Amino acid sequence: MEAVAVPPFERFYVEHRDVVFGFLVRRIGRNAAEDAFQETFLRALRGWHTLQHARHLRAWILTIAARVAIDAAAKQPSNSLLQGDEVAVEDGQPAYAELAFLADELPPTERAAVVLRYGYDLPYAEIGAALGSSEEAARAAASSGIRRLRKKEGLT
Amino acid sequence: MIDANVTPELDARFRAAAVESGLVDVAYDLVDTPLGALLVAATEAGVCRISYDPEPEREVERLARLLGTRVLRAPKPVDEARRQLDEYFEHRRRDFDLDLDLQLPAPFSRRVLEELARVPYGETTTYGELALRADRPRAARAVGTVMNRNPIPIVLPCHRVVGRNGSLVGYGGGLERKEALLRLEGALL
Repeated sequence: MEAVAVPPFERFYVEHRDVVFGFLVRRIGRNAAEDAFQETFLRALRGWHTLQHARHLRAWILTIAARVAIDAAAKQPSNSLLQGDEVAVEDGQPAYAELAFLADELPPTERAAVVLRYGYDLPYAEIGAALGSSEEAARAAASSGIRRLRKKEGLT
Repeated sequence: MIDANVTPELDARFRAAAVESGLVDVAYDLVDTPLGALLVAATEAGVCRISYDPEPEREVERLARLLGTRVLRAPKPVDEARRQLDEYFEHRRRDFDLDLDLQLPAPFSRRVLEELARVPYGETTTYGELALRADRPRAARAVGTVMNRNPIPIVLPCHRVVGRNGSLVGYGGGLERKEALLRLEGALL
């Protein structure tokens, strides 16, 4: 795949701000989402220089947003996590952390699909939108990623 | 995916926090002037660009290539430049007092722009005269090139440089803007 140059941050921010804010509002409610929104894009700005290319920027920013939402919910137990409760936590390690590690060697699209589906429990339609493809393509990428993982782990 | 619109307040809050965090390579904003909207950009070191380009998108790409991809529109870093430009266009300011960030590799360009900065308000000079002051008397044409690439027009007054016969010759923002600036300063009747 050819390299896609990293765009100016301004363009990236304008393209993704509404999607990220919508995602956060649904996860943690409008009030908490405002702080989380700022934190998400500050983290993105902090990590911006580490980007090697501009593929999957939407998946990248949504992954950051999901992490910020979990942190925000952990900090304020009274502010109930609207949908995040379903993120399984064992030994203080959210499920996505282990998944992200497991999925490290997958091709980028499959990795993003697996992590967003099984780590963050996003519906395929949203994953498709995040990856700039369709619901079907997201489903295919996730299932092919899972097959590859099973093979790697000697599960089949 | 369902979007939720980011409110202008939230948007402004993020932009301010980003600048505050020191993580922005270049901040820019549009400044309204009688000559049209100018794109004014600044690094932490100072103003690095004033552009007449009506397509900010293109200028933003260029800034990202030259100065780092963390380019963000934010008003605060260019507030002082905005204030001074407003005063200039309202005849309340003759000289700019701004920190400038000149990312120029060539010593000749730097020298010429330093000489240019000394050309007073309301006066004009010629390309040849500027070459002479930069100790390169035969480099009038090269001076023209430096003027053409002046990253910070108006503040670095390349509009005050004209041909030996008084013709306006050229201007990055278009000759009508050069003429308007010289009229504003009273250098043209």
